Amino acid sequence: MKHASKLADFALLIGFAVMVALGPVIFEPIGAGYPDLLQKFAIYGIFAIGFNILFGLTGYLSFGHAAFLGVGSYAAVWSFKLVSMDLVPAILLAVLFAGILALAIGYVSLRRSGIYFSILTLAFAQMCYNMAYSVLTPITNGETGLRVLRDDPRVVDAVFGYVSPAPSLFGLQMTGWAGYYVCGAVLVAAFGLSIAVFRSPFGMTLRAIKSNQKRMGFTGYNTRPFLLTAFIISGMYAGLAGALLAAVDPLAGAERMQWTASGEVVLMTILGGAGTLLGPVVGTGMIKYFENIFSSYNDVQLAAIFSFLPDDLRDNVVSVLGMFVGEGWALTLGLLFMLVVIFLPGGIMEGVMRLLRLKHTPKVKSLGDSPQRDAIGESVIEDMPPDDHTSRTRESAKAMRETAS
Amino acid sequence: MSKPIVLHIDHVSKTFGGLDALSNVHLDIREGETHAIIGPNGAGKSTLLNVCVGGLEPTKGKVLLAGTELTGRRPFEINQLGVARVFQTPEIFADLTVVENVMMAMLSHRDGAFRLRLLSRFGDRSETGLRATKALTDLGLGGHLNHLAGALSRGDKRRLELVMSVVQQPKLLLLDEPTAGMARADTNATIDILRKFKESGMTIVIIEHDMHVVFSLADRITVLAGGRVIAQGLPDEIKGNPKVVEAYLGEEQV
Repeated sequence: MKHASKLADFALLIGFAVMVALGPVIFEPIGAGYPDLLQKFAIYGIFAIGFNILFGLTGYLSFGHAAFLGVGSYAAVWSFKLVSMDLVPAILLAVLFAGILALAIGYVSLRRSGIYFSILTLAFAQMCYNMAYSVLTPITNGETGLRVLRDDPRVVDAVFGYVSPAPSLFGLQMTGWAGYYVCGAVLVAAFGLSIAVFRSPFGMTLRAIKSNQKRMGFTGYNTRPFLLTAFIISGMYAGLAGALLAAVDPLAGAERMQWTASGEVVLMTILGGAGTLLGPVVGTGMIKYFENIFSSYNDVQLAAIFSFLPDDLRDNVVSVLGMFVGEGWALTLGLLFMLVVIFLPGGIMEGVMRLLRLKHTPKVKSLGDSPQRDAIGESVIEDMPPDDHTSRTRESAKAMRETAS
Repeated sequence: MSKPIVLHIDHVSKTFGGLDALSNVHLDIREGETHAIIGPNGAGKSTLLNVCVGGLEPTKGKVLLAGTELTGRRPFEINQLGVARVFQTPEIFADLTVVENVMMAMLSHRDGAFRLRLLSRFGDRSETGLRATKALTDLGLGGHLNHLAGALSRGDKRRLELVMSVVQQPKLLLLDEPTAGMARADTNATIDILRKFKESGMTIVIIEHDMHVVFSLADRITVLAGGRVIAQGLPDEIKGNPKVVEAYLGEEQV
């Protein structure tokens, strides 16, 4: 990754903030411009951005991140019950508890790498899920789910005589568009923090760990604490997302911790582009869109869309397409995911970069361009980088120009 | 011979199963010297290197770096103590740019044992970046600063690894066949670089097959065969030593 200038990063953040602010307008034409769905975009976007700090930068694939999301939700609901209906203490508690859990799980899991690490995190998350349904029912309220009740103590609210029927931020109810804009503001902050982490020496260290662990050791780096820090940061992001989820829907259930939820964030990140700044948010948008919009289509709506076709043909088209919408939305998503992984291993962001012709394959100049080499000795012309589209295209373009003139 | 001892290999033996990979190897490397370790294939050169810095525990004996015991330490600790190592096949951060590779090496003694720099950011123009750029330019990689290291040619990857080692200003530089598989011209370029390092007073241990490299650089030579030191001394003494010629018979002409 090249060093983008401070200005470019700032412009990216501003552009992102503008996109979030204009969310309702942008998503209206594709039928997603309603607050409940956009809240989910923002919240799961935060979850995926945090996951990407671990997976995108270090390459450690956690299959148990939903545990942190779930713990964040429970902590937030307990905060709504015992402390205050305000969002701030809920977020602080959720992030704190998710961080502590991440420290414990990460400390054990990071003793292994690769598939063993993934399996360990999966095992821990499933353990949390099962405990939420069994021994921890006094805390989690089991299958019923933990809910906020009217007569909960809420000590801080009681002191100030503050009464709010639902979670709120300084009196602003976390429902509808207000809820979206609060989540959106947190998303922008989370995105800004992830830019800072990506560009910091810490971020470079994480990328180096992904690149070559052996070299890390022989260069004098103890990789474990760096990995653990990344794990905790990404766990805290998940806790933050969990708190917001509890705020917009104050009923915490254990299903948020199930392995499918962990798998979903992996899909979001890979679909959008692991290791890129925007990728996780883009992937989240795609998956949540499919989950909510594609699943709402049914045969009657399809028949209406294809009403211009002759009846027999229309029935056939509808019965084929019907497999891909409604209950079958996951099939469409699966096909899309396959196509992306096969043709765009860097995710949707790679496709975007290719379109913008900014794909950051290294621009290897022809060897003659570097005068310094002559001071050392002759250069070897061997092992030219295999996937250097840019320079090859440039060279062939140059050759063609020469032929033409 | 009055210079202090940097690396002290004290009667080291290593057994794999029933095989004596090293038996009773004793070797002192003094500050500022370039010491070559040579020997036919299977002589135990790589085992010796791994016992010194690769985390391989010797069966008997110990290894000291300027008085500190190295045996049983993890690679990052050994590097923090001042040993830089260059591998036979280049080990670099292929997904980072060339200048980032060198910056990682520069920052390791400050951050390596874990110091968090979460939010401070830097670009190529910051002080570390400038020093990295200068070190790279000095060794002829100035034209590749912002290319991904993985896209470099094999010779340049080795050169990058050398830059990464030398910017750490190590007490001891270990080179494992730094010219294996190189064309003659590149070998000569590498010899020139190593000569520069040597002139700056660096202590170097070099394991090498290529006698041209060995005799161009080494102040002293140790010859291993069958896990034993069969000869040790100045290059001229080694050249004429009949035991060395015998060990190499059919392998290489000394």
